[in-house]
Amino acid sequence: MLRENVKLALLGLAANKMRTFLTMLGIIIGIASVIAIMTVGDAMNKSVMGSMGDMGVNNISVYVTQKMSENYDFSDETMVRDMKDKDYFSEDMINDLLKRFQGRVEGVSLSKSIGEVKIQDGKKYANIDLNGKNATAMKQSKLKLLEGRSFTKDEQSEGRKVVIVSDRYVKNMFGGNNRDALGKSVEALIGNKYYYYTIVGVYEYSESSAGGMSAGVSQKDIRTGAYVPLNCAIKQLKETQKYDQMEVIAASGENQGTLSMDIQNWLNNNYYKDNDAYESYAYSMKEEIKYMESMLNTQTYAFAAIGAISLLVGGIGVMNIMIVSITERTREIGTRKALGATNGSIRLQFITEAVVVCLIGGIIGVILGQILGLVASKMMNYSGSASVGGIIFCVLFSMAFGVFFGYYPANKAAKLNPIEALRYE
Amino acid sequence: MNEMISAKGIIKRFNIGAENELEILHGISLNVNKGEFVSIVGTSGSGKSTLMNIIGLLDKPTEGSYLLDGVDVCSAKDAELSHIRNKKIGFVFQTYNLIARTSALSNVELPMLYGGMKPRERRERAMELLEMVDMKERMGHNPDELSGGQKQRVAIARALANKPSIILADEPTGALDSNTGRKIMDLFHKLHEEQGITIVFITHSPELATETERILTLKDGIFIDEKTMRVAC
Repeated sequence: MLRENVKLALLGLAANKMRTFLTMLGIIIGIASVIAIMTVGDAMNKSVMGSMGDMGVNNISVYVTQKMSENYDFSDETMVRDMKDKDYFSEDMINDLLKRFQGRVEGVSLSKSIGEVKIQDGKKYANIDLNGKNATAMKQSKLKLLEGRSFTKDEQSEGRKVVIVSDRYVKNMFGGNNRDALGKSVEALIGNKYYYYTIVGVYEYSESSAGGMSAGVSQKDIRTGAYVPLNCAIKQLKETQKYDQMEVIAASGENQGTLSMDIQNWLNNNYYKDNDAYESYAYSMKEEIKYMESMLNTQTYAFAAIGAISLLVGGIGVMNIMIVSITERTREIGTRKALGATNGSIRLQFITEAVVVCLIGGIIGVILGQILGLVASKMMNYSGSASVGGIIFCVLFSMAFGVFFGYYPANKAAKLNPIEALRYE
Repeated sequence: MNEMISAKGIIKRFNIGAENELEILHGISLNVNKGEFVSIVGTSGSGKSTLMNIIGLLDKPTEGSYLLDGVDVCSAKDAELSHIRNKKIGFVFQTYNLIARTSALSNVELPMLYGGMKPRERRERAMELLEMVDMKERMGHNPDELSGGQKQRVAIARALANKPSIILADEPTGALDSNTGRKIMDLFHKLHEEQGITIVFITHSPELATETERILTLKDGIFIDEKTMRVAC
């Protein structure tokens, strides 16, 4: 029976090609816009989440920030005093924190930027970004060592002048032999002074390790990171061990929202209670990502809902055309009833017809929406695709749509009085 | 039991309770035996269409009793009526009422489809029936590619699909020229004589009616005359 109904529906639709096409168009546009929006939304989501994920999802960022007093006037810059030594996170504070949150915290990642340097040797040159990093920070940066080693404990604690450079640096300066580069020195002019560092390791350069800063820069001019022990950087900068920012690495399984609140409260209660202008502020990247994700999702759903309105209009179009079709075929319905068709089989016939229209429209819409979505994503430099689940949902949804908008006209047809239907001119 | 149709005191009123209440049939009694070829004659407005709708189970009488092939059909529900129509009654209409955009073969298959017959069986039976009405060569044609007479042949084949107890023919030659109409009448005679099918033939033409075994004349909702032309063979 169903097969006959589908065949009949296809014949009926083929007989009125233009009408069928226009009816389907509503569904096609509706489904296509929903799919396209979801595809773009998904691509955007993935891209944003991807770049945020690189920043480390297990990290809790802790900053020194200005205190918000009630009578604080944002526009009055004179109220902001410069940071003094007591305002910074000190080595002692960090050690205390590690003790206090033992088990909940894996470590504290600390880094200091020395600055950007152009290393030159005759015609050869390379741009580097010199950074001091402690052991935890080195681990966090997830560098892929191609040759050599990371810093030893002694090198870290004594702040020896050793450096880990990228393979790109090696390529520019030494022609690409990573092994040969080990033991060579990097001669950096900082301020008016030359500093020499011994290369102990070479890591593989990647876009993400450069933080996406390489766009629009020629291959040779790309600035890559070079890393020295944290204490070496501190010496170099002639600073004491103080930080305005640190990354606390949460132990796995730890609720980061709670942990970040606990850290912030603990720091503020113990160290910043009496501070007149500054306090600590901690936030978890994971929480941030969650929040971002839900925001992006809400946005996508909101746009999809707008697309769904056009789908609704399409559905009403289907309903309208079904009513027209049933009116035209009143006699046929009467005849079918005389031949023994039950109300149920008449209803099924017309619902099938509506479902077939919606399903074909839905499938075309999905394909079109995919193409549109992918093209739009490409143009916005995201890569993504609508989920298979989303596509199946849309196809099933368009079928359900057919049932929903086909039911009323089909039921009307089923309830026709056979005598009146047969007499209909 | 030898009676195919046994109707007693059939009254049909429309718009019951309203100001324009109308009684079309005023207590009609009708008996048709198995294998009989009966015609019901009447001018338009005499109530013959209403009577046919009741006999064909498309409508229910307001009062009266109706047994079709020994089954009381007055109390049957809609779904049951559909089933009985499908199995026991074959309709032939003046305007053929073939389903458009559907081949002659599929049209003949339709009652069997509603009757739940398997696709292969119903295809075979439909082909047999079309052969019987001389339409086998055109079984793939859609109704709009057939002449009036051809359409009516297909409609007759369709009416016979589920081996009905009775054929109800409502002015089957009304839309045909006399020559073609003659051929359709011959086909009815052939079915009646060769297969002993019970036929109720509704017409406004007294000449065609004389070809049947018994003529019932309906006027203003009541039978005014009954003539037996020849004894059923």
